[in-house]
Amino acid sequence: MIEINNLSKKFGRLQVLKNINLNLLKGECIALIGPNGCGKTTLIKSILGMVIPNEGEILFNQNSIYQNISYRAQIGYMPQIGRYPENMSIGQIIDMVKEIRQSDTKLDEDLYHQFKINQILDKKMRTLSGGTTQKVSATLAFLFNPSVLILDEPTAGLDPLASEILKDKIIQEKKNGKLILITSHLLSELDDLVSQIVFMQEGVLVFHKNVTDLKKETGIEKLSKAITHILKDNRHE
Amino acid sequence: MNKILKYVILDIVKNKIVIIYAIILGLFSWSSFSLEDNASKGLLTLLNIILLIVPMVSILFSTIYIYNSSEFIELLVSHPIKRKKIWWSLFLGLSLSLMIAFLIGAGLPLFLFADLAKATMMTLVGTLITLVFVAIAFLSTILSRDKAKGIGMSILFWLFFALLFDGLILFLLFQFSDYPIEKMMVVITSLNPIDLSRILILLELDVSAMMGYTGAIFKDFFGTTLGLIVSFSLLLLWVLIPFGISLKKFRKKDL
Repeated sequence: MIEINNLSKKFGRLQVLKNINLNLLKGECIALIGPNGCGKTTLIKSILGMVIPNEGEILFNQNSIYQNISYRAQIGYMPQIGRYPENMSIGQIIDMVKEIRQSDTKLDEDLYHQFKINQILDKKMRTLSGGTTQKVSATLAFLFNPSVLILDEPTAGLDPLASEILKDKIIQEKKNGKLILITSHLLSELDDLVSQIVFMQEGVLVFHKNVTDLKKETGIEKLSKAITHILKDNRHE
Repeated sequence: MNKILKYVILDIVKNKIVIIYAIILGLFSWSSFSLEDNASKGLLTLLNIILLIVPMVSILFSTIYIYNSSEFIELLVSHPIKRKKIWWSLFLGLSLSLMIAFLIGAGLPLFLFADLAKATMMTLVGTLITLVFVAIAFLSTILSRDKAKGIGMSILFWLFFALLFDGLILFLLFQFSDYPIEKMMVVITSLNPIDLSRILILLELDVSAMMGYTGAIFKDFFGTTLGLIVSFSLLLLWVLIPFGISLKKFRKKDL
């Protein structure tokens, strides 16, 4: 569904992405992991067209994303830190995105109701806590029933209850055959969610594997331990 | 485009700074007309106030507003909407709301106290100079990612055009007074949007004594009508060029 070919990006002299090749398929839930500053967010932003790469191309359903921006209608994106115009209320933000999207598909209002957004529609964005802002971001990402979901640190800042709701929603959407791309540092949290792992380090793609294969290779059932195991192996080589 | 534009304007109009700006402009306009015994004197007082305050507020407010909406731009970019549209909507939203504030603050008293032709000219120039400095603000925000640097650059732009430029011209005049530099001066003047607007108004007011050196040359060189057209289109170029460059850069910018 999303194909990334020889993607490279430099910020000044700093090489953030080095020749990334990646093929992401429908129905998978992919965890994008790696240490801080390894280029995860840059990769996500490249897919969204926020960062323009120096080399390489990204194909969305076989079409280059730089020719037509309409592919973004099929992506729901939840940023790491969502900031919105201070004077606008939650209701206005949601209305605005609805107007921009003008989607004819049925709206998916599960999170909208579960996070009780309808009770705080009049609140101004500047008065919201970080967690509530994340709830708004999550609601917006899922609202238009997109076929691709890109979630950048989705559970950071959410309370345990809300993060549980979000995780259930992610599992449900995965069952609906959507492509889900998650970045997270909390490996233990990803255990029951993801089906594939993409590991990046210093802008290089280290591996892209199925979770089952990964567990078989290492012989470890727990995802977080399996990954640390691989990392240690890499260091020895 | 009007989808976002509506929300940008809503956001800016609610911002107290724009309202305070309108009130202060109103206070200055009413007092300069009430304190002077005739309307033309009031008009000249107001002209100098407008040429100082309007550029400053336009450029500073716009610069800060664009930096503060960086995350908002990011949010919009992830949706199916062209970057060109986002940038245009921000530009139109900022310039429209600042223009409305100007029209309420200074335009209203102008039309009440001054005669129609002069009031029209003043409001026209006021709105144009607002546009020019909003466009320059867009240029300085796109030139620097750092907020402090960008605001500093905007202040420098304003300081240069409002104060330093005249000093520079005087310096040139004294240094090269032995040479025929009148035509040169016309060209140099067109490099400053504030001077251009001053000339535009003074040509209309027909107060040659107040026009200063460059204004006199301008009138002499172009005559009133041609002078008006030339300075008017030069001002438009001052809007289009900075904004055009910023738009081109924004389309390639990493967010």
